Amino acid sequence: MNPFLDPAEFSEEPTGPEYLLHLYITGATPNSTRAVRNIKDICEEHLKGRYELLIVDVYQQPELAQEMDLIGVPTLIKRRPGLVRRLVGDFSNRERVLKALGVAPPAGPL
Amino acid sequence: MQEHSPSVATALPKLPKSPTGIEGLDEITEGGLPQGRPTLICGSAGCGKTLMGIEFLVRGIQNYNEPGVLMAFEETASELAANVASLGFDLPDLQAQKMLRVDHVHVDRSEIEETGEYDLEGLFIRLGHAIDSIGAKRVVLDTIEALFSGFPNQGVLRSEIRRLFRWLKDKGVTTIITAERGDGTLTRQGLEEYVSDCVILLDNRVIDQITTRRLRIVKYRGSTHGTNEYPYLITEDGISVLPVTSLQLDHPVSDNIMSSGVPALDEMFGRRGFYQGSSVLITGTAGTAKTTLAASFAEKVCQQGQRCLLFAFEEAPQQLLRNMKSVNIDLASHVASGLLRIEASRPTINGLEQHLVTLHRLVKEFRPDAIVIDPITNLVSVGNTAEVRSMLTRLIDFLKVSGITALFTALVSGRGQHEMTDEGVSSLVDTWVSVRDLEGIGERNRGLSILKSRGMAHSNQVREFVVTEHGIKLLDVVVGPIGIVTGASRLTQQLQEQAQTLAAQQETDRRDRELERRRRVLEANIANLRTEFESVEEELRQINTEAQNRQETLTSGNLRIGAANPPRRDTPAPDEKV
Repeated sequence: MNPFLDPAEFSEEPTGPEYLLHLYITGATPNSTRAVRNIKDICEEHLKGRYELLIVDVYQQPELAQEMDLIGVPTLIKRRPGLVRRLVGDFSNRERVLKALGVAPPAGPL
Repeated sequence: MQEHSPSVATALPKLPKSPTGIEGLDEITEGGLPQGRPTLICGSAGCGKTLMGIEFLVRGIQNYNEPGVLMAFEETASELAANVASLGFDLPDLQAQKMLRVDHVHVDRSEIEETGEYDLEGLFIRLGHAIDSIGAKRVVLDTIEALFSGFPNQGVLRSEIRRLFRWLKDKGVTTIITAERGDGTLTRQGLEEYVSDCVILLDNRVIDQITTRRLRIVKYRGSTHGTNEYPYLITEDGISVLPVTSLQLDHPVSDNIMSSGVPALDEMFGRRGFYQGSSVLITGTAGTAKTTLAASFAEKVCQQGQRCLLFAFEEAPQQLLRNMKSVNIDLASHVASGLLRIEASRPTINGLEQHLVTLHRLVKEFRPDAIVIDPITNLVSVGNTAEVRSMLTRLIDFLKVSGITALFTALVSGRGQHEMTDEGVSSLVDTWVSVRDLEGIGERNRGLSILKSRGMAHSNQVREFVVTEHGIKLLDVVVGPIGIVTGASRLTQQLQEQAQTLAAQQETDRRDRELERRRRVLEANIANLRTEFESVEEELRQINTEAQNRQETLTSGNLRIGAANPPRRDTPAPDEKV
């Protein structure tokens, strides 16, 4: 969380895409597939060309579950920019997702 | 693992159980927790839920070679390790041996944003991975309710927790789930709905400023179990559920006799002492030498080379040693030789159960032949009467089963009610000696009597005794005009009797002298008479002789005359006979 702890990542920031997102899913469960679809839609719509999305299937790498302290699935971890945030769910609540990602919602009612 | 309840002899297959290895708990649960099923441990803060979970895992690893997974929702692995290190549980070492996995689940609401449908599959994967990686047989979920603070969607959470328990069951791991006690319910979030196989309730009660922890098995599906509330303790070796009262009265008995340490007191018993393994109660009001009697017994035990454990709830060991030395009871040398062990503590230092456990532990360590508790009444300050009675019942039971002779002293208050003790333990003890003040005019004396002695005849007398520089001495019975007398009355009585005896003696002597005098007088009289008689006799004899002489003279004169005149032959001479 503290960017000073990882100077490499810090220095690297300007070069990589603005948004670094890790999405942890569990196989092809309805929640997971919905989550993948929703997050892709959101990113394409609001962060086009500014993001990097990594999708991890925890079933394939179960040790990651502990490492990443996963409880609810699907979980999206926003690594950049700003504070690390965790978003749990299938991202059907678009307003919340955008708020959590720090993306200003487009003008006008959603 | 499945045959831990040999007492229940049945051909039917029994519920397989996982022994917890926690002292006492396996006895109550008759073998352990249900194997392959979840068990709920609920209790309020500070009950030792987490500790019980960890001990279950550690004992499983150490005693039964069953690896375990600890999923902690509240404390981190390092915190947990530090907390239990004092109990000798080395979690990092067990983790290094791949026998234990500790997974700290960090739940922080502020970090989590719910954005739609989700499930707790992440938790399942973590747990599944942890279980599979070390082949765990035991799992502890320490306060899964922490999830409720992190995930607001209760519907999802509840269905997922239900699924989790089902999943753990299918995995065949024995699971302990700890949960915080709720208000009026077993758990705050109603987890008992989901865990229906075994529920253990821990309770932390403060009565009169003293805390007692208790454990109760609320339910145990498919198995019998102890239903009482069992006190338990967190000791240096982990949790210790209190030694259960033995259900049957079938302990072996001994025919050997132990001396009370006071020879005269032994004489009052039909078999010159107490039975070995029996329990003896000495009751009395303040200052009736109960402790001294108890110390005499302890000294006697040690003199015979046996071991004695003395619990002093009133005096410090040094004070006790000094005081007993003043009455020639030398306990110090026995302490030095290791035969006597004095454990002194204030009763209020801990709860009743702690006392009981301390006692159990010491008995196991020290293996005494006799135990002295002075006095048991002080324990009343710790608990209420019912608790004390139940504790003493357990204690006496335990000592009897162990074949240890027990001597308790008890302070009774007031007079006239010596027939009952506050704790009502009198029916539990085998021998009951009562010491009391016999208060007379202006003085108090100590009296001792045997109220009961199971299995042997005993004296019915109230004996006065004194505490001398040479120990306790029972005095001879002195019967006065209105019964047995004691103290100064006894002395007076004795003096009176002495005076009477003296007077009687003098009277006798006087009569003897009178007799002698009379005899002498009579004898003098007799001598007088005899002298008188002798003189009369003498006189008479004199007269006789004179008469005879005269006669002779007369005869010779006649002869001379007859010679001149020849005698006539036909007439005999009458004087010839004289």
